[in-house]
Amino acid sequence: MAHYLLSVVTPTEGEPPSEDEMNVIMGNVAKLQSDMQEAGVWVFSGGLEAPDTATVLRRSGDDVLVTDGPFVELKEYVGGLTIIDAPDLDAALHWGRRSTEAIGLAIEVRPFHWAP
Amino acid sequence: MSEPLSSVTITRIVTEEYGRCVATLTRVLGDIDLAEDAVQDALTVALTRWPADGVPPNPGGWIVTTARRRALDRLRRDAVGRDKEARAFREEQPQDEPDEAEEGGPVHDDRLRMIFTCCHPALALPARVALTLRLLGGLETPEIARAFLVPEATMAQRIVRAKNKIRAARIPYRVPHDADLPDRVPGVLAVVYLVFTEGHATATRDDLAAEAIRLGRLLAELMPDEPEVLGLLALMLLTEARRPARTAADGSRVLLADQDRARWDAELVAEGLALVRRCLRRDAPGPYQLQAAINAVHASAPDTAATDWAQIVALHDQLLALAPSPTVALNRAVALAETEGPAAALIIVEELAERLDRYHLLHAVRADLLGRLGRDDEARDALDAALARTDDPDDRALLTARRRRG
Repeated sequence: MAHYLLSVVTPTEGEPPSEDEMNVIMGNVAKLQSDMQEAGVWVFSGGLEAPDTATVLRRSGDDVLVTDGPFVELKEYVGGLTIIDAPDLDAALHWGRRSTEAIGLAIEVRPFHWAP
Repeated sequence: MSEPLSSVTITRIVTEEYGRCVATLTRVLGDIDLAEDAVQDALTVALTRWPADGVPPNPGGWIVTTARRRALDRLRRDAVGRDKEARAFREEQPQDEPDEAEEGGPVHDDRLRMIFTCCHPALALPARVALTLRLLGGLETPEIARAFLVPEATMAQRIVRAKNKIRAARIPYRVPHDADLPDRVPGVLAVVYLVFTEGHATATRDDLAAEAIRLGRLLAELMPDEPEVLGLLALMLLTEARRPARTAADGSRVLLADQDRARWDAELVAEGLALVRRCLRRDAPGPYQLQAAINAVHASAPDTAATDWAQIVALHDQLLALAPSPTVALNRAVALAETEGPAAALIIVEELAERLDRYHLLHAVRADLLGRLGRDDEARDALDAALARTDDPDDRALLTARRRRG
C-alpha cells in the first residue's frame, strides 16, 4: 500500500458555487468519504480556507521571518485535500475520478515519497 | 546445440529476446531499471560465452536465468535491495511462470503487462511512445531520439522521468481486468499507430514502420480476441504493402491513384485482407477496422477506375458515425467525387473549408475538384493555397508539378 495525496485544484477566478450547489457537493463528499472508509483506503480529508488566510514562515539566518499571505499567487490553489492509502496508481486514480465527479473540480493525484 | 555465430546472429537474438526478457525480469525483480541492467549484464556475458560455447537452444531462457543471477548478485551487495532480493528468491520457483492467482485472470505474457504499463494513461503520449520503443522494441535511446527528431538528452530525460513516475506513483505492472480493457486498449493502439505513421510519413524512417508492425503483430498474438487490435495490424499491413509503389524512380512521391499496383507487396496485402475478413466476422467495427476495410477495398481493385467507391463512401459514413472528424469527412468527399461527381463533393469540401483551412490537403482536394469542373483559375488559386500551407518537400513537389500542368 502507498499513500497518495488527492488535491482539489480550485481556480482563483470565477464564481464560487451557490449555497444550494455547495450543499450538493458537501453531500457528495460525505458519501465519498464513507465509501473510502468502507474500502479501507481513507486516511484524512479536509477543506482549506482561502489562500489569503495563509501565513508563511521562512528561515533567514538564525531568525525566522513571518509574512502575511500565500507563498506565491497562483491561478489555482489547493482548496482541499484527501490522503488515501491505496495499493497502486490505478486504485488511487479510481478514487481521484470519484472525487472529481463529487466536487466538479480537477483533482491532482500525487504519490507520497514517504509517510509514517 | 549451436548455430554458426556471427554478430548478425547475436543482434537478431537480442532484438527478438530483449523485450521478452526485460518484461519477465521486471515482474520478477519488481523494477524496470533493475531488469534492464540485469539483461544488459546477461548480454555482456553472452557476447563472451556464445562465440566459444555456441548459442544455447533457448537463448531467451538463458538470458533470463543469467540476468536473474546477476541481479541477485547485485542486490546482495546492496542493503537497500533486501526487500527485492526476498521477492526475487521467492519467485525463483516455479520457473518464470506468471502468477495466476495474483491476477485473478488468465495467464498473461509478461510483455502484455509491460505494454499496459508503458501505455498507462497517467503517462503523456510522447513518454508512452518512447517507453514502448525502448522496453518492448529494444531500441536504444539515441535511435528513438533520431526517429522523432528530438535531441538525445531530451529523449533520455523523457524515458528516465517516465520510468521514475512508474516507480514513484506505483503504476501497476499488470494486464487490466476485462471490464477495463475497452478503456485501456485504445491507448495502447494509439501508441503503436503513432509509431507507424511517424515511420510512414518519411521514407527514411521505414524502420519505425517495421517496428510498429512488429508491435502490432505482438499485440495481435497476445490479444487475439480484440477486433480493434486485428484492425490496427491490418491497417498497417495494407498501408505498408503500398510502400514500394509510393516512390517513383526519381525519389518523388506517387499518389494512390497513380501507383503501379503490381508493385504492391502481395504477401502483405494477402495478410491484411485475411485480417479484415476476420474482423468482419466479429461484426464489432471500430475506427481501426473501418480504416483497414477502406484500405482493403483499394487493395482489392486493379486500378482507381475499378475501385468500389460506393463501398468506400459507406465505410467512411460508418467511420464518421463512430469517430467524427473533419479529415475523415474530407476523405469521404474524395470518394464521393467518384460516385456522385465533383460538384457534389465540392459542396462538402466548401463546408469543411473553414475548419480545415490550415490543412494543405483540403486545398489540394478542392483544386482537383475545381479542375474537374473546368474552373481552372480557381483551381490554380487553390493549389497556391495548398503550397502556402506545407513545408514537406514531397508534398510541395507534387503540388508544384500539378500547378505546372494546370
